[in-house]
Amino acid sequence: MSKRLINILTPIFAVVLGIIFGTIIMLVSGYNPVDAFIALGQGAFGDVYQIGEVVRQVTPYILAGLAVAFAFRVGLFNIGVEGQFIVGWLAAVWVGVTFDLPAIIHLPLAILAAMIAGGLWAFVPGLLKARFRVHEVIVTIMMNYIALHTVNYIVNTKMNQGSSKTAKIHETASLRSDWLSNLTTGSSIHWGIIVAIICCFIMWFLLEKTTRGYELRAVGFNQDAAHYAGMNVNKNIILSMVISGCFAGVAGAMEGLGTFGYMAVQGGFTGVGFNGIAVALLGGNTALGVFFAALLFGILKIGALSMPLAGVPKELVDIIIALIVFFVASSYIIRIVLERFSKKEVK
Amino acid sequence: MSGLLFSLSNTVLATASNGHSGLSLMQILMIVVPSTLLWAAPLVFTSLGGVFSERSGVVNIGLEGLMVIGAFSSIVFNLTFSDTFGSATPWIALLVAMAAGAIFSILHAVAAITFRADHTVSGVAINLLAVGLTMFLVKLIYDKGETDIIKHSFGKVDIPVLKKIPYIGEIFFQNTYWTSFVAIIVAVIAWFFIYKTPFGLRLRSVGEHPMAADTMGINVTKMRYYGVIISGALGGIGGGVYAQSISQNFNHATISGQGFMALAAMIFGKWHPLGAMGAALFFGFAQSISIIGSSLPFLSNIPNVYLFIAPYVLTILALTGFIGRAEAPKADGVHYIKGSR
Repeated sequence: MSKRLINILTPIFAVVLGIIFGTIIMLVSGYNPVDAFIALGQGAFGDVYQIGEVVRQVTPYILAGLAVAFAFRVGLFNIGVEGQFIVGWLAAVWVGVTFDLPAIIHLPLAILAAMIAGGLWAFVPGLLKARFRVHEVIVTIMMNYIALHTVNYIVNTKMNQGSSKTAKIHETASLRSDWLSNLTTGSSIHWGIIVAIICCFIMWFLLEKTTRGYELRAVGFNQDAAHYAGMNVNKNIILSMVISGCFAGVAGAMEGLGTFGYMAVQGGFTGVGFNGIAVALLGGNTALGVFFAALLFGILKIGALSMPLAGVPKELVDIIIALIVFFVASSYIIRIVLERFSKKEVK
Repeated sequence: MSGLLFSLSNTVLATASNGHSGLSLMQILMIVVPSTLLWAAPLVFTSLGGVFSERSGVVNIGLEGLMVIGAFSSIVFNLTFSDTFGSATPWIALLVAMAAGAIFSILHAVAAITFRADHTVSGVAINLLAVGLTMFLVKLIYDKGETDIIKHSFGKVDIPVLKKIPYIGEIFFQNTYWTSFVAIIVAVIAWFFIYKTPFGLRLRSVGEHPMAADTMGINVTKMRYYGVIISGALGGIGGGVYAQSISQNFNHATISGQGFMALAAMIFGKWHPLGAMGAALFFGFAQSISIIGSSLPFLSNIPNVYLFIAPYVLTILALTGFIGRAEAPKADGVHYIKGSR
């Protein structure tokens, strides 16, 4: 079996295993898995409204997945997508409510602000990693909480327009469109999906088709070899974190300019950042893989909302997603099994 | 939790109105110290768990998830058996939480040690799974999004004998919680275990240089499993203490960041049991101040956002080397594959 085939089969195996275990959990708890999966399917594809909701949910997942995947490719684990996402959200909303500009400038400016905010938030762990060799996992986790509390403080004290929310962004900065909304009978779908797909393309192009991308990947494969070849490892580490943070910031802009149109005080993390880790892993850290993985998780998440109709708690999908991450992480064992299997075939 | 916060701030207000012209230092300490101990206890237990796991060379981001499991199992046990065991219920529930945490952590051990999964990714999976699984079970058992409030929780006590010490007794041993003192004692025991026993030496050696340890006949895999399972047990206790003394019920937001703060305490404490305990106490202080601070005279003007982010900022500074460099065990997060160099 070729290596490429195994690389494709491993995530599929993980998904299948996750669904099998989810089914077992339902059987043990006395639920009917067939009803549950039918409800899930209808919840995700039942009519155009549901499809619109799925697309809306997939949008930030793609971007968060790209953020995690980009850092992974350079050998860094950006667990701080959640924090960069929150600051990006706030920055986009701030531009959205503060300025009065024509849409052609306002919307890109708001997205740019989110990019810069996310990038800056990721610059800190990147710099500390490059300069002081501090492990980025811990710093990004800490930065998540700093982002959460700081953003809540700003929303509460500086931008509060009643009930712990900011004002609505101006129409000119909005990604929402009546046309899209009417097309899907009033779902919260917005143009962000186009932005997400463009970002997929940017990531692919940047990593695979540019010199800089080659350097970044070289650092990811072997820092010493990259250094020996004359590449500036530290600069590439910082750069990759910043770009990763930019993707995460744009993911936040999708919520701020599209889904919600405002920012509210967050009681806890949104989970988009952590789901981004799942998306990136399942997608094998490639742009195309991230797209499909985000699609799968978006379908699962939106479909799950209809599972209570079959009497099954929607948390079952969270369990399945967690198990998928678990199995992808343990892909070593799946690979071993696959390789044994293929060796037998040859004999 | 709101009930408890309310009663805390009530105490503050009552004390304040008694004092008329502001609070004396003694009164402030009598409010701040017990509340610090209350908030620190779960962090102490969980950060000690982190020390055991990471000293053996397994990164444990899953502490948060282990606390969730502990909180859930202790609350369910407490609600189910409160009539049978009466006032002893919380303590028995804590043992249940310990067992549940230990069992759940085996998943992390299997993935990270045997299946050679990336430790951080496996930890993330543990966190996602814990929240999903417990909320699924809450809905399955109680048919609603959160449990009822428990009847028997860890209440305020005066520690016998010690409470009579002048000043110190009033500040440290009155209106306080047994769990906090158990946590401190456990920290000392953990220090003894890790630094003064053959078991501890082996545990540290597989975290620093597994190949050397293997050469000396130490079973690296077994020691790492022990490390992770002990961390699961302590994380479970941490969650159980938090749920039964602070939140008093269980829902999706019961444990929100406590585990990561314990992780921060472990790092700030430089992977040392007593250091982790000290850091956890300090973070507990920051948390309690951020809640009751607005009632205290000299803190009411400072926005509590600074207190909320203080533990995290300090941890980053500690890692960077501004407050004494924190170094992880050498082989932390590195798989040991026999025969590889």
